[in-house]
Order: sequence, then C-alpha cells, then structure tokens
Amino acid sequence: MGRPEAPPTSKPPMTARIERPLSPHMQIYRWTLTMALSIVHRATGIALYFGTLLLAWWLIAAASGPGAYAHVQAFTGSIIGKLIVFGYTWALLHHLLSGLRHFVWDLGYGFKASEREALTWGAAIGGISLTVLVWIVAYTIGGGR
Amino acid sequence: MNAEKSSSMRTPLARVRSLGSSHSGTSDFWRQRLTAVAMTVLIVPVIVVVLMLIGSNQAGAKQIFSSVPIAIIMLLFIVASAWHMKIGMQVVIEDYVHNEKIKLASVMANNFFCIAVALASIYAILKMSSGV
Repeated sequence: MGRPEAPPTSKPPMTARIERPLSPHMQIYRWTLTMALSIVHRATGIALYFGTLLLAWWLIAAASGPGAYAHVQAFTGSIIGKLIVFGYTWALLHHLLSGLRHFVWDLGYGFKASEREALTWGAAIGGISLTVLVWIVAYTIGGGR
Repeated sequence: MNAEKSSSMRTPLARVRSLGSSHSGTSDFWRQRLTAVAMTVLIVPVIVVVLMLIGSNQAGAKQIFSSVPIAIIMLLFIVASAWHMKIGMQVVIEDYVHNEKIKLASVMANNFFCIAVALASIYAILKMSSGV
C-alpha cells in the first residue's frame, strides 16, 4: 500500500514472514548419552517425588501400630512391592550420583567431551552397581525379608 | 538514548541496577544444591538405618526410631528431601505447564504435597522417638 516494493534480492523486506530454520526438536537430535541421562535424571526425580508417599506410609505405619506395619510389610514383601522398592533404591542412588555429576559441572569442571561421557557412564554404572550392592547387603542381613 | 527527554541525570545502568530478580532469583538454585549436599552426606546413615530395620516388626522399628541420633538423621533427611523435591518439581512444572492458571494450581499443589509428606513423616518419627 504505497510502499515501494523491495527489490527482488536475496534479502526479503523486514515485514515479510521469513521462513527461518527452527530449532531442532527432540526427534531430530541424534541421541547422546548425556541427553538420555539428563532425561533419566528428571524421570528418577519425579519417581522419587511420588515414592516419598511410600516412605511416609511406612513411617506412619511404624508409628501407628503392629497392624498398620504388617500391611506395609505385606506390601514390601510382595513381588510388586519388592520391584517398587528395588526401583526406588535405584532411582535414589542413580539420582544421587547423577546429581554429583551436576556438582562437578556447577563447579566448572568436566565439560570436555571425554570427561562428560566418563562422568555420565560413571553415574549410570555406579547407580546400578550400588543398587545391587545395597540389595545384596539387605538380603544377607534379612535373609530375603 | 532519549537523554534529552529524561530529566534525570542518572545513567541508564544506574536506573536498572538492583531492579529485576537477579539479587534473589538464585535462591531456589542455591537451596536445591544446599539440600543436595545435605542428602549426599545423610544418605549413608539413612541407608544404614533402613538396612537395620529389615526383618524387624513394628515394635523393633519403633525401638530403632526411639534412638535420638537415628531420629535426628531421619528428620534432617526428610526436611532436605522435601525441600529438594519441592524445588525440583516446580522446575518441571514451569518447564511443561504453560497455562498460567494451571501452572499456579500445580505449583500450589506441589507445595501442599511436599509439606504434607514432610509433616506426616516428621510427626511419625517424633511420635516414635518420644515413645507415645
């Protein structure tokens, strides 16, 4: 409208909607270890969040009396209960080690490709190893209970 | 910039300095790390306590929690974890919930959940340790 038409060069006028490339989304990126573990860190955090209900239930039951505590023990002794508590143990220990990795980064270390890969592998393997270790100790003490 | 329109002799930088959230906006970041360090230290005794409780019945569990150091370790761990998870979940909510009303409701629910879980756990431990 009365505006002079911009010359047909490679540079479009400022008012035109320019189709710039968008930032690639999740499914575009090549999956990397640190990216996957970043998601796992958040997922374990969310799992631990709701897992505190189990912790609170257990503590309240212990404070309430033998009947309530027997309910908790029946649950934690069941297959599903054991799986949940095992998962909770792993989520806790993984989130802990993965969080320690974040401390290293917060302090400004470990940003080289090899270093961040090593830290991330350490957290992943360490989390699984510690979980298995804790459960071996638990079975040794409790004889499967 | 518009120096002739402004009657103030203060520079643009002086006018914006101390405004914004930069002086207080890092408090959640700091507390998230503070509670993380606390739990890193506390996790070892907490795991030991949980392992001690394996196989014991309610009377045994109550007996263990009646120990003052054990009760204090558990209380510290619960306070640190509730605070930590409140901050963490708020970050998750702020990342994914973009509707302002739903976001406010979610953040509020998050606060209620964390406070309720923490207080219930604290009450249970205090009840056991005081032997009531």
